[in-house]
Amino acid sequence: MTDTRRPGLGHACVAVLRRDLTLAWRQRGDVMLPVLYALIVTSLFPFALGPEDALLRRIAGGVVLVTVLLAMLLALDAMFRGDIEDGSLEQLMLAPQPLSLMLGMKILAHWVATAVPLIVIAPLLASMLHLPASVIPVLVLALLLATPLLSLLGGILVALTAGTRRSGMLLALMLLPLCVPVVIFAAGALAAAQEGLPWIAPIAWLGAALVLAVVLAPLACAAALRIALDS
Amino acid sequence: MSGSLQSFFAMGGYAAYVWPAYGVFFVVLLIDWLAPQWRQRRVLRELRGRLARQEARKERPHRNSAAST
Amino acid sequence: MANWIPLWLHKLSSPPVFYRFAGTLRPWAIALALVLGLVALYGGLVLAPPDYQQGDDYRIIFIHVPCAWMSLFIYALMGIAAFIALVWRIKLAEVVAMASAPIGAAFTFITLVTGSLWGERMWGTWWTWDARLTSELVLLFLYLGVIALYHSFEDRRQGARTAAFLALIGIVNVPIVHFSVNWWNTLHQGSTIRLLGPSTIAPSMIWPLLTMMIATKCYYVASLFGRARADLLALESGKDWVRQIAEGEVRR
Repeated sequence: MTDTRRPGLGHACVAVLRRDLTLAWRQRGDVMLPVLYALIVTSLFPFALGPEDALLRRIAGGVVLVTVLLAMLLALDAMFRGDIEDGSLEQLMLAPQPLSLMLGMKILAHWVATAVPLIVIAPLLASMLHLPASVIPVLVLALLLATPLLSLLGGILVALTAGTRRSGMLLALMLLPLCVPVVIFAAGALAAAQEGLPWIAPIAWLGAALVLAVVLAPLACAAALRIALDS
Repeated sequence: MSGSLQSFFAMGGYAAYVWPAYGVFFVVLLIDWLAPQWRQRRVLRELRGRLARQEARKERPHRNSAAST
Repeated sequence: MANWIPLWLHKLSSPPVFYRFAGTLRPWAIALALVLGLVALYGGLVLAPPDYQQGDDYRIIFIHVPCAWMSLFIYALMGIAAFIALVWRIKLAEVVAMASAPIGAAFTFITLVTGSLWGERMWGTWWTWDARLTSELVLLFLYLGVIALYHSFEDRRQGARTAAFLALIGIVNVPIVHFSVNWWNTLHQGSTIRLLGPSTIAPSMIWPLLTMMIATKCYYVASLFGRARADLLALESGKDWVRQIAEGEVRR
């Protein structure tokens, strides 16, 4: 039954992933921008609030979370932009492989290119604000679960705005209500860890949400893209 | 009578909270009510303008054809 | 059973029929809303006795609570219309969904403002991060997102379908936000606030509340019809029936 000339599903996935990661690697400077942004925003907080250790320690977790979220929001706009401009997204929509899977791969590539560098420097940002070293593993774990969630949710919204020209502020307006629960649970885990309480429950909620989003968000993203680009 | 009216407006000392709330309620709903009516009037006005231009063009076909050739 | 119901609905979903239907029903809806609203205001502001704990301040609930109900009710209705618009691609459903969004945003805004005016007196602060207030704020953002997305498209119909999709995502989001803010509140041991105070309300307070609720529903119908009529005229401006309406108003 299978057409031998048609590349297999796994093959197509790898091809999309490799293409996007190569493109990201060729523009390494763009990848570093969110990291720089996060670094600068984090360093503004002590200037604004004063260098008191106790105060900074209390707000460190939340500040790092929100900073990472804003940095991701900054990069979100570009998720499909190049592909829409050169028409490769429409090729993808016409391809025989399921669009949702291909978009899932694109979101994964985008997450690797923007969120992973942010997660790597998150411990540095956190220790700039004197977050206790014992909490840092929880921070990294929370970010590992929260950032893919944000990428997946953002992917749906980026697909919805694919047909419009200006989308930066619009994306922020649409994403912020959706990411309220993500922020609450990630920050909840950090706060609990900092107070020495069990932090596994909010992390488990985040994990459950991530599993749901991994299954549903690519489907929603594909549906959104078909609606937004259908003319 | 005037005393009871006065006490009604005073709202037991909470006039500063009760009346602004009702004011916001009525002003926002009034704007919400008027906005589509203005919009409808504007849409119809633009439509009439377009129709009038089309009529005018139809009445002078020779000038149009002269311009197009 | 009745075969005529789908047939009637099908006929109603044609823009000219709906335009006329909405035009005849709208004056009745707004008249009913005004009469019921005035009765409810009289009952709430004059007849109902002052609350033994809160004095006259509680009279804000006669608009606050109906508006809060409306903000959720309209969102649900917008979601249903959005679903119909996406699945069956009915133009009228798109128009209804997009016309509902500004009305819902207006009611949400009123809820927030009246709620903070009430809270200023009750809790001594006009804003507190209570689950209900926060959900209402998120609801306002969702409405604004839907409106902004709708207007960012040049093609109205495409904008409507895209924004309808966003509205459906929002429907999933509202309960999640409410749940997570509740959880967050227990974590931070925030003050637990009962918006309706004691759960036993006197009948002299409950009937103005219910009347006001019906009045706001009638108002919503009237406002929705007004918005839908204007939107339909703009959408169908090339069609014959719209031309007839435009010419008819010239003669008048």
